Amino acid sequence: MRLDTTDRQLINLYQRELPVCERPYEEMSRQLGIAEEEVIERLQSLQDSQVLSRVGPVFEHSRAGASLLAAVAVPEEQLDLVAARVNRAPGVNHNYAREHIYNLWFVMTAPDEDTLDDRLDELEHQLRLPMLRLPMVEGYHIDLGFDIDWEALP
Amino acid sequence: MSISTSRSDQDYVLCALDRKLILATQSGLPLVPDPWATLGKELGLSADEVLARFQRMQDAGVIRRVAAVPDHYRLGYRFNGMTVWNIRDDAISDMGRQVGELPFVSHCYRRPRHLPYWHYNLFAMVHGTSREEVEDKASQIKAVLGDTCEGHTILYSSAILKKTGLRLRKS
Repeated sequence: MRLDTTDRQLINLYQRELPVCERPYEEMSRQLGIAEEEVIERLQSLQDSQVLSRVGPVFEHSRAGASLLAAVAVPEEQLDLVAARVNRAPGVNHNYAREHIYNLWFVMTAPDEDTLDDRLDELEHQLRLPMLRLPMVEGYHIDLGFDIDWEALP
Repeated sequence: MSISTSRSDQDYVLCALDRKLILATQSGLPLVPDPWATLGKELGLSADEVLARFQRMQDAGVIRRVAAVPDHYRLGYRFNGMTVWNIRDDAISDMGRQVGELPFVSHCYRRPRHLPYWHYNLFAMVHGTSREEVEDKASQIKAVLGDTCEGHTILYSSAILKKTGLRLRKS
């Protein structure tokens, strides 16, 4: 995905935080030195092409409910089937296949801890596979993005 | 920076309007000059009320941040490596902080071991345009950890099967 200098600057400046004020895009337009309308158009186009997954709030799961990272070791030939079951389970918002004995990694969410445990128990029972439950014990750096090395990108 | 995960400290209780506002914004803010007015129309509130409520959730930590969140895979970071480390318990908090401060680490968490199946208690996510790049970054992490680390591995993602932000249900 080739992006021009302004798009790159926009991502560099606002991937961690954008202004929350009466006219956020106007505020950004002043910082970028372009028109408010152009900020909006660029954000829309970056969002449409999925370079931006969204322009908006990142919620703290532990404040808006409960969540947990879990992993299962799935026999290779069952991976598609099991992945589909996991995706259908209520509250699953991330699901990655990874190269490891534990080859399916997903995040389960729920409105509260008890519901979360129930959902995990139910899914574990359905899958008939033991599940690693890996709650966050301490967070040292939580989803703040990282510096993008534009020159290194394909 | 260490972020407490304790839930005992002044829990902010979401009211029905907060939940509606989360529902209305969880896939993104309206991309119009006055997004708060657009949201207000939907929720039956004034633009000022929406903004004030939004800022209150931000102050309370319910909203962690508001950002233009990039999809690193779409940007060209095709290699997502979850690096996992077996760190001595007495060193983990210090090591976690140091690894979390590396500019290329996007997430860094302590998680429990599950012996004998799972030995790793420190997770650090790194992204690269190639496996070599991810491995190079992992070796920089290894250098920071020194002899506090008793083993590690990298779990590359081979497929993204689902990825959405927080989703509240409309029920």
